[in-house]
Amino acid sequence: MTARLSLTLGPVLYNWPKPRWVDFYNRIADEAPVDRVCIGEVVCSKRKPFIDDVILDVVDRLERGGKEVFYATLALPTTKREVRDIGDVIQAGYMIEANDIATVHLLNGRAHVVGPFINIYNEDTLALHLKLGATRVCLPPELPLESIRTMAKGNEAVEVFAFGRPPLALSARCYAARQANMAKDSCQFICEAHSDGMDVCTLDGVPFLAVNGIQTQGYVVSTAVNHVTALAEAGVVSLRLSPQTCDMVRVAQVYRDLADGSTTPKEAGEALAVLHLPGPLSDGFLRGLPGCTAEVD
Amino acid sequence: MRGHLPPIFTNATGFLPLLPLEVIARRLLSNAMAARPSFAARLGEYAGRTFAIDPVDCPFVFLIKPEGGRTDLKVVRRSVAQGYDARIAAPLVVLIGMIDGTYDGDALFFSRDLMIEGDTEAVLALRNAIENAELDPSTVLGLPKSLQGPVNRGTRMLFVQLRRLLDAPEETGPNSGAFA
Amino acid sequence: MTTPLELVCPAGTPAGLKTAVDAGAHSVYCGYRDETNARNFPGLNFDRAEMKEAVTYAHDHGTKILIALNTFMRAGSTDLWKRGVDDAVAAGADALILADVGLVEYARKAHPKQRLHLSVQAAAATPEAIAFYRDRFGIARVVLPRVLTVEEIARLTAHAAPCETEVFVFGGLCVMAEGRCMLSSYATGKSPNMTGVCSPPSHVSYREESDALVACVGGFTVERFERGEPAGYPTLCKGRFEAQGAVSHLFEDPVSLNAVELLPRLAEIGVTAFKIEGRQRGRAYISTVVRAFRKAIDAMAAGDKVDFDELRALTEGQRETTGAYKKAWR
Repeated sequence: MTARLSLTLGPVLYNWPKPRWVDFYNRIADEAPVDRVCIGEVVCSKRKPFIDDVILDVVDRLERGGKEVFYATLALPTTKREVRDIGDVIQAGYMIEANDIATVHLLNGRAHVVGPFINIYNEDTLALHLKLGATRVCLPPELPLESIRTMAKGNEAVEVFAFGRPPLALSARCYAARQANMAKDSCQFICEAHSDGMDVCTLDGVPFLAVNGIQTQGYVVSTAVNHVTALAEAGVVSLRLSPQTCDMVRVAQVYRDLADGSTTPKEAGEALAVLHLPGPLSDGFLRGLPGCTAEVD
Repeated sequence: MRGHLPPIFTNATGFLPLLPLEVIARRLLSNAMAARPSFAARLGEYAGRTFAIDPVDCPFVFLIKPEGGRTDLKVVRRSVAQGYDARIAAPLVVLIGMIDGTYDGDALFFSRDLMIEGDTEAVLALRNAIENAELDPSTVLGLPKSLQGPVNRGTRMLFVQLRRLLDAPEETGPNSGAFA
Repeated sequence: MTTPLELVCPAGTPAGLKTAVDAGAHSVYCGYRDETNARNFPGLNFDRAEMKEAVTYAHDHGTKILIALNTFMRAGSTDLWKRGVDDAVAAGADALILADVGLVEYARKAHPKQRLHLSVQAAAATPEAIAFYRDRFGIARVVLPRVLTVEEIARLTAHAAPCETEVFVFGGLCVMAEGRCMLSSYATGKSPNMTGVCSPPSHVSYREESDALVACVGGFTVERFERGEPAGYPTLCKGRFEAQGAVSHLFEDPVSLNAVELLPRLAEIGVTAFKIEGRQRGRAYISTVVRAFRKAIDAMAAGDKVDFDELRALTEGQRETTGAYKKAWR
């Protein structure tokens, strides 16, 4: 049969107030059945100083909780300082999750993992990244099951985005600031008000997207609960759970039970649905449909 | 929409029988298709769609299905025009200006001198195929080579005057000479 | 200035290519009629025979042809992209414009001498990212993302050498980092990265609604043009949305990029090539814009004054922006 599916907790993508951020990780360390945790500011370098002075303690606590910890790097570095910061964490010897090709360059062949922000759409590109030192790769969230099947065969390196609002785009511009008529440089960290992202509706009032600073996400919450068996059979080795404000320990437990076969997809879906999710569950991307498509049993 | 023919013309044509117009239009279209064999290939799967070309200042509509070698064209009164996949509507001189490259279709749409309805993908395919066809008056009229130069120049001058007279949108095409 | 500036122009059809060449393009970029290129629109692009003719026509007039294969290979179907690379090389392309690093690796191995450019879709926005492609695969030129400021472009250009840089100066503007945007995929299931279409026309619909023109993408209403208001193609990131109770063009106003006033500065900092967006645009657009920019570049090379008014007139009546090139945009 297939190997045991592991669980990876992705980095918190939002600007959570520091106490909330610390409490979240402490609880994950103590209670969540996840195998590894990726931590670090991925979206906006302006937020980074807030976690810099507590991150060491949090990493320590997570490791004591038996989690493998990876430092996730910025997804869209552009300034000299942003690249220098990435170089610094590499130098410091952390295990790195690369989210941009500049980070892969700086790693210079050292073993690392790749996050969902690097474009790896096919078996050739995946093989190239494995040659460059990647040991595990989280695929972009828009990839359909069909592509995942082709890519996961025989490498024990593929991770799939399995829970959370799907990250869709990055920009030089901050939309949370723009919405509040502010420029990015003087944003007053307005994004802190949107712990699951700022909901964006169409002119007809239909919920559509969510804004997380410079990042745009889907309004829905992507889930792989209906496809866990298929993913395992395809050779996928890990599922990524992306933090939302809902009870992530419970989310992790649901996926763990599902991967272990001790609960059914239907029960798992129901268990997720009663949590305070920011949007409806969707598996459109996995099914090769629009990513906004509501999940069906 | 700018560039309308005067209502007196529209009213007058309203009483004309459509059959002669259809015969002429078919002739022009088959001239164009014969001169540009790659046209249908470029349309690809959209060659099977029916397009309503709607000169909004005239009382009739052209229904065109450009499939393969036997392109189908009908001229019908606007009130009975139906069963099409996509409609492209603009004053007659504007539509003609799109075919001969005087106007950029995008620009016309942005300035709302052109309206589209229905299958957007089919409209885009048609527009791109027309763009590539580089049709000129002599080709559409099926004239011999010796007449092409003078006829094209003459028609162009005529249309420049006509568009000016009708207050049609400013010309932006390769033929406009705006930046020559 | 040591190397002459290069004007890189779009062509969506063979006729468009002739128009661009005749209007004075130094280079023309185009792609095959399938999902290997990022402008995979109906009725657009070149079949194999047309591409060969295009190369001949361009070379006869001293113009270079850059063939774009700038989408990401679909898992299990990578042959389609590799065949595209092989055919483009055989057709005599002066350079290939690639985005997928897996395809870059293939092209470099299969055709060691072929000149390769890195597409904007690869979003190489740092000296380190450029170094990755330059040092490992011999990328000769990188098309820079539109998310950068002029100062950042200057720094990148200095670090990229001997790799050249190319920047967009006119046309459509991506608000998101190129090649890293899945908005269309989310709303329609067609992915810019995989299918080569953004806000695909197959999923665009217009309807008239009490004097207004309503535009939808994938069933989501993204814009409402009142009577007399100029309309635009409903690109998802340039739509009007509601957030926090307020309706606005949340991501970007329906503007297009016009960086004409920055041309001298961009030339001064060592940018090699200026790129005009718009393979989906008609011959009318191409001839006008290419002619005007060529005139400006020639004037700059000769040390003459550039007629900025003429270039500004290109977008007159429409709204334009210098985009991220000026930091206040952010």
